[in-house]
Amino acid sequence: MEATVTTANNDEKTWGGGEHIQPLGASYGKMMMWFFIVSDALTFSGFLAAYGFSRFKFIETWPLADEVFTHFPFMHGVSAPMYYVALMTFILIFSSVTMVLAVDAGHQLKKTKVAIYMFLTIIGGFIFVGSQAWEWKNFIKGEYGAIETAGGSLLQFVDKDGKRVALADFAVKLPEQREALTRSHSTWFMEDAETQPTYTVAEVQAGFKAHPELLIRTEKLTEHKKKTVLSREESETHLANAKYVVEGANLTRNEYGSKLFADFFFFITGFHGFHVFSGVIINIIIFFNVLLGTYEKRRSYEMVEKVGLYWHFVDLVWVFVFTVFYLV
Amino acid sequence: MSHEHVSNTKRIWFVFALLSVVTTVEVILGIYKPASLEFNHFIGLNLLNWIFYILTIFKAYYIVWAFMHMEGEKSSLRWSVVSPVIFLVLYLLFILLTEGHYIYGVFKDSTIKWNF
Repeated sequence: MEATVTTANNDEKTWGGGEHIQPLGASYGKMMMWFFIVSDALTFSGFLAAYGFSRFKFIETWPLADEVFTHFPFMHGVSAPMYYVALMTFILIFSSVTMVLAVDAGHQLKKTKVAIYMFLTIIGGFIFVGSQAWEWKNFIKGEYGAIETAGGSLLQFVDKDGKRVALADFAVKLPEQREALTRSHSTWFMEDAETQPTYTVAEVQAGFKAHPELLIRTEKLTEHKKKTVLSREESETHLANAKYVVEGANLTRNEYGSKLFADFFFFITGFHGFHVFSGVIINIIIFFNVLLGTYEKRRSYEMVEKVGLYWHFVDLVWVFVFTVFYLV
Repeated sequence: MSHEHVSNTKRIWFVFALLSVVTTVEVILGIYKPASLEFNHFIGLNLLNWIFYILTIFKAYYIVWAFMHMEGEKSSLRWSVVSPVIFLVLYLLFILLTEGHYIYGVFKDSTIKWNF
């Protein structure tokens, strides 16, 4: 164990160049963490800028975030835009606070305090990752369902008051059914690429005909930043072009609107969630090192400071993701 | 060392309160979206989005300066971290958003329908 647990070497903060030489006044480890953070910040900036690029390209048809993220735990059927993601933001900010308190306690070599704060940080990280998983689940599952036309645009259903109507509320069951072809029912190379939606296009069209009060909402935004609702005649002509029934979201199509919206949502929040997850793992490792007294023996808790930098960076990225995806 | 080993707990809680208040303001504005802010533009961006971006930068400043302890680092380190990020990001945003807007115009004025 002598090789891994440093007891004799207290020179954690020095570079190879000499006892007291520290470029930019930073220790080697911290400087390397800053290098990583700057490059990672540019990676995230690239993703968010790409999101902006695609959004500008489809500026008139981009989905409205407060219509997409409306779920809150234990509140079924209640439209609660923003609340859940705001809660997630608070959890992440708070875990950042406990992290910085751990660093602060480390400066005073208070082992127990460092351990407690590290533990709280880890819990906060797990709650955040769990919340994100829940958010993904709702996003993937979808709520109302929609129709995609042959031209690739998306049609959603509303009633006279402009309130969204789910496919399940009006689609009829037609006798002829087609089940998804799976390997168990065919030769190994024959398989449907996508799972079959609950309703076929014909069933949705028939249901729409049977409900004269329904209208269609297109992706296009009006000047009041609302989606355009068509007249009944226009709705019927649009629905005649229906190609797919879309339920929920995946990387190919989603019921919320622009396909790129879901792609970027999965990619950017997924990449950020992966960062949080790795942060939690690293925090756990350092937490056990604290418990084992590794840093007590070194008389330096700089390692806690370094993982702290990473953890705050993850929080920093979330601040931007929050603004770009949910607010703007 | 540049860090004095005194406790900063007070400042930490202050920054936490500040970040919480700013986030709350953002969420309230995001839910109510006051029309006077949303439909008035200033240099191509509506006032509501200006507020969101300014508050975001404000929060980012406090996270980096207080939590990541940038205020305790030498100014040479501060500049080497902050300036490349700011300039590269501004450049990237300028290029991509300009091009995105251009492509929007191309699709809008042509008969091509291309959703990808």
